Amino acid sequence: MSSFKHLLVAALSIGAISVSSPAALQCAPVPDSITLNQNGKLFSPFTFNHAKHIQSIKECADCHHHTTGTLVTDPNCVRCHQNSSPTAVVSCKGCHLATPFSPETLAAKRADKQRFHLDKMGLKGAMHQSCIGCHNKVGNGPTGCQDCHPRTKEGSAFYSSNRKGAKPAHAEEE
Amino acid sequence: MKRRNFLKACLIGGTTIALGKTNKGWASGSFEGYPEAMGVLVDTTRCIGCRSCEAACNKEQKLPEPDTSFDDPAVFEHERRPTSKAYTVVNRYQKEQPSGPVYRKVQCNHCNEPACLTSCFVNAYTKTKEGAVIYNSKICVGCRNCMIACPFNVPGYDYDSATNPIVKKCILCYDTRLKYGKPPACVEICPQEALTFGHRADLIKLAHERIRATPERYVDHVYGEKEVGGTSWLYLAPVGFDKLGFDTTLSNDPIISNVKDFLGMVPMVLSIWPALFSGIHLLCKNQEHDGHGHDTDSNQEDTKP
Ligand code: HEC
Ligand code: HEC
Ligand code: HEC
Ligand code: HEC
Ligand code: HEC
Repeated sequence: MSSFKHLLVAALSIGAISVSSPAALQCAPVPDSITLNQNGKLFSPFTFNHAKHIQSIKECADCHHHTTGTLVTDPNCVRCHQNSSPTAVVSCKGCHLATPFSPETLAAKRADKQRFHLDKMGLKGAMHQSCIGCHNKVGNGPTGCQDCHPRTKEGSAFYSSNRKGAKPAHAEEE
Repeated sequence: MKRRNFLKACLIGGTTIALGKTNKGWASGSFEGYPEAMGVLVDTTRCIGCRSCEAACNKEQKLPEPDTSFDDPAVFEHERRPTSKAYTVVNRYQKEQPSGPVYRKVQCNHCNEPACLTSCFVNAYTKTKEGAVIYNSKICVGCRNCMIACPFNVPGYDYDSATNPIVKKCILCYDTRLKYGKPPACVEICPQEALTFGHRADLIKLAHERIRATPERYVDHVYGEKEVGGTSWLYLAPVGFDKLGFDTTLSNDPIISNVKDFLGMVPMVLSIWPALFSGIHLLCKNQEHDGHGHDTDSNQEDTKP
């Protein structure tokens, strides 16, 4: 754990140079492991090893943008967020909504004319793009649909998994 | 050519008869679509080919069990089309490219000015103000004109039901979701958010903004913004659209039931006359029907505002 603390202190001080904001210090404690997909219906909840990822990735910003106070890495975001301060909200679900396309969300987006980030993804999209995107690039992280979260009974029915291999001609030209 | 024009005239004649009091989109020339129309932006750079959308569609629309499971990658060996049993399918392209395969979801594109609608002389189709192109299966006589007219080869024909052979296709989950402002089932399930649901006008802006922000990721074109007068489904792609099975020869003008080629007409000719007559018959019969088709309470909404 102490190595993480060092890492964190290092990370925060890097952030502090450019940001000089005490907000980073008030940021929620960094958890070692987190249960994700807690409300999963088709797939089971699973444990995300935060500590192991921090150890192998080092860059908080690879997952958290500039929100934890380290310099943002994505060149597309650097354009504007080079000097951005850490944010009060760090957890993905605090910004990426679980229901990005509900009538309420769409109406709120339409009403908010000032907002720059109108194309912010929902939580499910943000998670999968972040996790699978990196795992595909780095090569040794899981990418298969059941590698992170095994299917529930409901999930198996949903994907009609009992029919696997029956006849791949399904839905071909009539 | 003469024969073709003749048939075209028949078609339009047929349509006009069927028109009755409703005013169809094609009469309005370049019609920008309904201002409140919704749509879906498909970002093919995000899709990873998991086929969850196919599964969601199957369950939502209560379609028959698939021939193989929805996580079977074997289906990618062949290019597929939507059918009466699968309103949406995902195809794989560019498999040999180093940048990896590109997946493309196919379904009804929900045209602003649908050729299926203009080609249907029993008036089974409706373009709702929410943007969906829906149909009333109680009125459909199974003539298959729409299958020939559709520039995207979408409507599927249900051969299984001999008593009521009808055409079937994606309806944007109109009666279970869109009507209530909710996103279609495929959009909701997509783990990668490759599908973005919203007002069509907003989606066009988002699409161009994505291209502007990361030009190395996309070709500079939004498929469906202009094609055949615009469609509710819009696409972004990392490579030329022609490489992903899109028809890039379509004009920006809506297709006003000018049927594609003569050979395609032959089966239609065989079915057009009985269909026409039974159609007119049905139409008269259906004047005051209030069945439970997809569009019963929106039949009045297809008049241009
Ligand atoms: C591999 C991606 C990844 C990396 C790298 C990473 N995190 Fe996280 N972190 C997550 C995820 C995912 C969560 C869970 C968020 C949620 O529940 O919505 C999380 C949660 C957190 C939380 C708890 C937020 C809350 O309010 O519950 C903190 C604090 C945090 N991370 C800080 C850090 C710091 C500091 C670093 C760098 C040393 C870091 N993280 C590196 C993915 C990552
Ligand atoms: C053209 C400038 C610009 C670019 C590029 C940009 N942002 Fe932003 N960002 C803003 C502005 C302006 C705000 C203030 C809030 C708003 O209007 O949305 C902001 C706010 C944010 C916030 C805080 C939002 C909140 O709710 O507190 C985050 C996180 C963020 N941006 C992430 C990103 C990421 C990730 C990228 C790269 C994919 C990015 N930004 C690219 C201009 C930009
Ligand atoms: C303070 C709010 C905030 C938090 C916390 C946050 N995000 Fe974001 N995220 C944004 C904004 C704003 C954008 C920019 C959307 C855009 O315009 O591309 C964004 C973009 C993204 C993108 C798309 C990046 C791209 O290049 O297009 C991914 C993926 C993502 N976030 C994942 C995550 C994950 C995973 C977490 C948690 C570890 C997280 N986000 C936490 C606000 C936030
Ligand atoms: C920036 C790159 C990166 C991101 C983002 C990332 N991972 Fe990983 N992940 C890795 C690497 C590298 C490994 C393999 C290294 C290892 O096993 O220590 C890995 C391994 C894993 C494993 C298997 C090993 C274990 O920890 O049990 C799981 C599960 C996992 N990641 C889940 C996730 C989830 C969930 C997310 C998104 C919230 C995510 N990862 C985001 C890089 C990443
Ligand atoms: C790297 C790990 C990872 C992989 C690989 C992954 N997921 Fe997920 N999945 C997650 C996380 C994290 C969540 C929770 C997101 C949230 O909270 O909204 C999730 C949630 C979901 C959900 C919504 C919750 C539910 O159970 O109903 C669906 C659906 C889903 N995933 C489908 C898929 C599919 C399909 C694939 C294969 C393409 C896939 N996932 C691969 C990490 C992963």
